[in-house]
Amino acid sequence: MSMSGIAIATQRLDLFYGDFQALTAIDLQVPEREVTALIGPSGCGKSTLLRVFNRMNDLIDGVRVSGRVLVGDEDIYAPGADLLRLREKVGMVFQRPNPFPLTVFDNIAFGLAVHKLAPRREYDMIVEQALRDVLLWDDLKDKLQRSALTLSLEQQQRLCIARVLPLKPQVLLMDEPCSALDPIATLHIEELMQKLKQEYTIVIVTHNMQQAARASDRTGFMYLGKLIEFGTTARIFTQPAQELTENYISGRFG
Amino acid sequence: MTPNRLRKLKEWLIEKAILLSGVFSVIFVLLIFLFLLREGFSLFRGESVGDFLFGKSWYPISDPPRFGILPLIMGSLLVTLGAAAISVPIGIAAALYIAEIAPGRLKEGLKAGIELLAAIPSVVIGFIGMITLGPWIKNLFNIPTGLTALTGSVTLAFMAMPTIVSIAEDAITAVPRQYREAAIAMGATKWQTTWRIVARAARPGMVAAVMLGIGRVIGETMAVMMVTGNAAMIPSSILQPVRTLTATIAAEMGESVQGGAHYAALFAIGIVLFVITFLINGVADLYLHRSRR
Repeated sequence: MSMSGIAIATQRLDLFYGDFQALTAIDLQVPEREVTALIGPSGCGKSTLLRVFNRMNDLIDGVRVSGRVLVGDEDIYAPGADLLRLREKVGMVFQRPNPFPLTVFDNIAFGLAVHKLAPRREYDMIVEQALRDVLLWDDLKDKLQRSALTLSLEQQQRLCIARVLPLKPQVLLMDEPCSALDPIATLHIEELMQKLKQEYTIVIVTHNMQQAARASDRTGFMYLGKLIEFGTTARIFTQPAQELTENYISGRFG
Repeated sequence: MTPNRLRKLKEWLIEKAILLSGVFSVIFVLLIFLFLLREGFSLFRGESVGDFLFGKSWYPISDPPRFGILPLIMGSLLVTLGAAAISVPIGIAAALYIAEIAPGRLKEGLKAGIELLAAIPSVVIGFIGMITLGPWIKNLFNIPTGLTALTGSVTLAFMAMPTIVSIAEDAITAVPRQYREAAIAMGATKWQTTWRIVARAARPGMVAAVMLGIGRVIGETMAVMMVTGNAAMIPSSILQPVRTLTATIAAEMGESVQGGAHYAALFAIGIVLFVITFLINGVADLYLHRSRR
């Protein structure tokens, strides 16, 4: 953790897909142990920005990044940056629940095994703790050896959150984590985020403005690759400083 | 007849024609099996099933003839296991390479090459095995003949490889991208992702690929007959000549008397082969279905 209380900071971040500029001059500071929401219309760059923080954009051919991105105190785009270590520190939850086609237990043990974080005899304990943290333990304690693919969608998404917790990430990135879930399950995941933010910094990309309003402490509004406005969620939704922001949150475009 | 009724009649005819073709293909398999049974079973009027399956001597034209196929079963088993030991690791590794690592153009080239390998007639592979591999093995191990079980295994490994690689590659490619993405986002290396997640997810398909490859090896006749030396004795090492079930049928069918005991014994061997391949295909099918679920 950094001294400043800032988990992620970007400075004049530009990102190009080939000749197309997807992000322009992003300056953003994500505070620790809060939920920060990124909102904006489709194609505004919010998911791209999220995938800068764990460098998942590197998997796409022809991506170029300039500017600085600090996670904690580390410049993650510095030459020689350790990507595996970065992704250990910055966990990600995807739009569609994507548990591995393994047992519930092995899904959570995967991160431990990959990063050799604990001796095998401690796995039971760590798996239990991770499942407790996402409130799945009571439902799944007798189903640890079942395939994760047999779970309900909501349980799968909780499991996807649980499997990054043993890595003790500093940041949890969530890319529209509720878009495949029904409204009840969505509320449950939002409640879970409130619980998790006591220990983790959460950045969530969402299409759903009500979700941002309900679940986040800070909101950034993005449009055409630019961060138009960033502030506390209460202020963004009641007194937006930019006309563009106001038009978007009042539903005039989207 | 009104146009409407005509159309209905046409539909009915087409439907029944397709049904009939489906039924016929099943009937043909059943008929082949019944024919095998009828021709083969007459052997067991004079011979017990135990003596046939576990008898150690195959002297079909001596007097009295002896029809013990244990040496032939051992021959088939040895050649098949040897071929599997060579082709499975290489085939699976090749499939992983093509599906996960090879860049675009190389990938297409390799896939085309593998398909070409599948298209080479078995007699050509047998020929190459006989004139190049055989002498090489003879010199390498300093043994009297290069036509051995090992030669057969290597030759057959070439024939199993295309089946194993192409089916396993399909199974690996079919693993959803999101699994890989999730593993990489957790900081797994490319290898950890490939081995722990992708290969695990594709495992049923890979088992099926191996089974079908082995099925091909057990049923193969021509190439194996050309390179294994065809001595019907129980081998004590992989460097000895062996004779397989298939090669025995192919080599002796022409000289047996139709309706005689030798003739029946060859058909009984056919039944054994049929049962073996049926079981292997059954297992492969089971795994293929499981992978689709």
